Amino acid sequence: MSTTPISRRVFLKGSGGVLAGTLAFASGPIALLAPTRSWAMPLDSLSSRQGETLLAITRQMFPHPGLEDAVYAHVVKSLDRKADDAAMHELLHDGIAELDKAAGGDWLAVEEDEKLDFLAPMAPSAFFQTIRADAVVSLYDNPLAYAHFGYQGAEGDGGYLTKGFDDLTWLPDPAQPEGGYLPNESVG
Amino acid sequence: MAMTDKQATFTHDDDSVAVVIGSGAGGGTLANELAQQGIDVVVLEAGALHTTADFLADEWASFSQLAWLDTRTTSGSFRLARDFPTLPAWIVKAVGGTTVHWAGASLRIRPHEFAALSHYGEVAGANLLDWPLSYDNLAPYYDRAEKRMGVTRTNDNKGLPGNNNFKVMHAGASKMGYSCNTGHMAINSETRDGRAACQQRGFCFQGCKTGAKWSTLYTELPEGIATGHLELRPESHVARIEHDDSGKVSAVVYFDADGQERRQKARLVAVAGNSLETPRLLLNSASAAFPAGLANGSGQVGRNYMRHMTGSVYATFDDPVHMYRGTTMAGIISDESNHDPSRGFVGGYEMETLSLGLPFMAAFLDPGAWGPRFAGAMDQYDHMAGMWLVGEDLPQETNRVTLNPEVTDRFGLPVANVHYDDHLNDIAMRDHGYRQGAELYRSVGAKDIYEVPPYPSTHNLGTCRMSERPEDGVCNGYGRAHEIPNLFISDGSQFTTSAAENPTLTIVSLAIRQAEHIGQLMQQGDV
Repeated sequence: MSTTPISRRVFLKGSGGVLAGTLAFASGPIALLAPTRSWAMPLDSLSSRQGETLLAITRQMFPHPGLEDAVYAHVVKSLDRKADDAAMHELLHDGIAELDKAAGGDWLAVEEDEKLDFLAPMAPSAFFQTIRADAVVSLYDNPLAYAHFGYQGAEGDGGYLTKGFDDLTWLPDPAQPEGGYLPNESVG
Repeated sequence: MAMTDKQATFTHDDDSVAVVIGSGAGGGTLANELAQQGIDVVVLEAGALHTTADFLADEWASFSQLAWLDTRTTSGSFRLARDFPTLPAWIVKAVGGTTVHWAGASLRIRPHEFAALSHYGEVAGANLLDWPLSYDNLAPYYDRAEKRMGVTRTNDNKGLPGNNNFKVMHAGASKMGYSCNTGHMAINSETRDGRAACQQRGFCFQGCKTGAKWSTLYTELPEGIATGHLELRPESHVARIEHDDSGKVSAVVYFDADGQERRQKARLVAVAGNSLETPRLLLNSASAAFPAGLANGSGQVGRNYMRHMTGSVYATFDDPVHMYRGTTMAGIISDESNHDPSRGFVGGYEMETLSLGLPFMAAFLDPGAWGPRFAGAMDQYDHMAGMWLVGEDLPQETNRVTLNPEVTDRFGLPVANVHYDDHLNDIAMRDHGYRQGAELYRSVGAKDIYEVPPYPSTHNLGTCRMSERPEDGVCNGYGRAHEIPNLFISDGSQFTTSAAENPTLTIVSLAIRQAEHIGQLMQQGDV
């Protein structure tokens, strides 16, 4: 089938999919932030299946065993925004089609521990590198990722002076000067 | 009210003003020092005016706000040319220049480093040279700079408190027999000079919201403006410097915030655009009289580009560290900064605490990487400690900034191409630093060690270097161009060699000294 990028875009206008899921770790740091355990992320340019495939690809590239799909979904959302551009949409569409073909028709249906066998050979491709370059930013630059990996982000804006900047206790403390170091202590 | 609202203004055809290009460590300091002497100064700054209230506690958003993102190109074998081909440097485009983003480490260059050629001897492939000034020449200006900037552990300013990342470094240093403290930092450890004490935010690279860290943005520039002798013009992108028939510079042509071309006449011009833009500007100012670019009779403009030997070591531990909390670089080991050729290289390096937030850790840990090892490192982010290695890299004639005729900026001007190949000495030093850093962390129980390649360069040096003889460089020991008596180089471009230390304190000291010299030249009628 040959489709020009223009007509594909028109077709896609009403065809955005949705990514949805349920948090896997009911007591994890992300569950504490989330209002409910169910999550859904609407897509504007990509279909649901394309979204699911991109999420699974990102999980293979950056495998964090305990990381919720809801965080990986940020990558899909970022790619979905970029896929508003016809050339980008085509790159993702064609790459997914190629991956499916290599996997015998449906890469998503392949066993988890065999998925990488089909994906890794595509590493040099623009398709793979485009996803990787987006994911290395969008996967780690959101509040859910901060909570998961233990980064406090903008919480630091007010300063950690009284909030644990030196709360490490598993090593000996350096000797303190007589008058102390803190701004409210006098010079020794 | 913006700090520029009530400033003095000068007309474009006022040819009595000194024009300073750039408002960072060099330009901002020089402009204030001139204004304090009653000399009228116009500062042309390419970037916009952001106040401390504008700063963002968000790495990527702040990067978009502050970083110099105008296109540059790269070539050479250094890894950045592959990973970040259009971003060879991570410097700031804003009022205050890179003093907005710097980490505050304020170390003096060592006496022997001012005489690298004499001290190290000839090194094959390097273009080593002694500075045309000695440590003793600069020492009184170091004193003044440290006072002005409030450097800790000088002038009775106490040290900063150590954060968690420091505690790990300090414990490892003790096992290694190194000495380690929270450094000489231009960051207030107490309320001082009308600015707050450091609140340990951990966003030093994103602009210091409390103003605890010295930056020309809220020290030198407003002080200069208050004299009534300094006009700051943000969003003024300089295109070229013009000269008269006698070969003296006479005007600076720039594009203002509306993209209008302007011409500011000048009695003298001081260029402080950082080591990439300074040579680019001189090269873009070529004329019939100066066909190779201004002040470039020696052919040395753009050459000997240095970026320091750098690299980082991150280590993970069983217990949490939260290295991102607190002052980024307040932890320094200087034991490897001496010159000891038995290690297999000349010159030395400093080890300094460093942390990145989660977003930048992902971007810079191993650019281009994916897979389980990368993910495994990120999984241990809050159990990670880190250090930066910063050492002397050797000047090489072929490491240079040139104009790229194929790529132009939005004003149609050729952009800078940065060519860099690591010298074997740089590689040997980096490998040594990686080993020592790894051993330090292993001595306190590190699990995994990550050797991280250089980031886009924050220390850009050389490219218009000082030299005793005109044929060896671009300017003399005061930064005055050998060929043009009223043209000055006022930033890190002047550095004859890189030395091991973070360069800002030396740039500020040189600017104070240069301002005094310019005042004397003007009184004598020599400029």
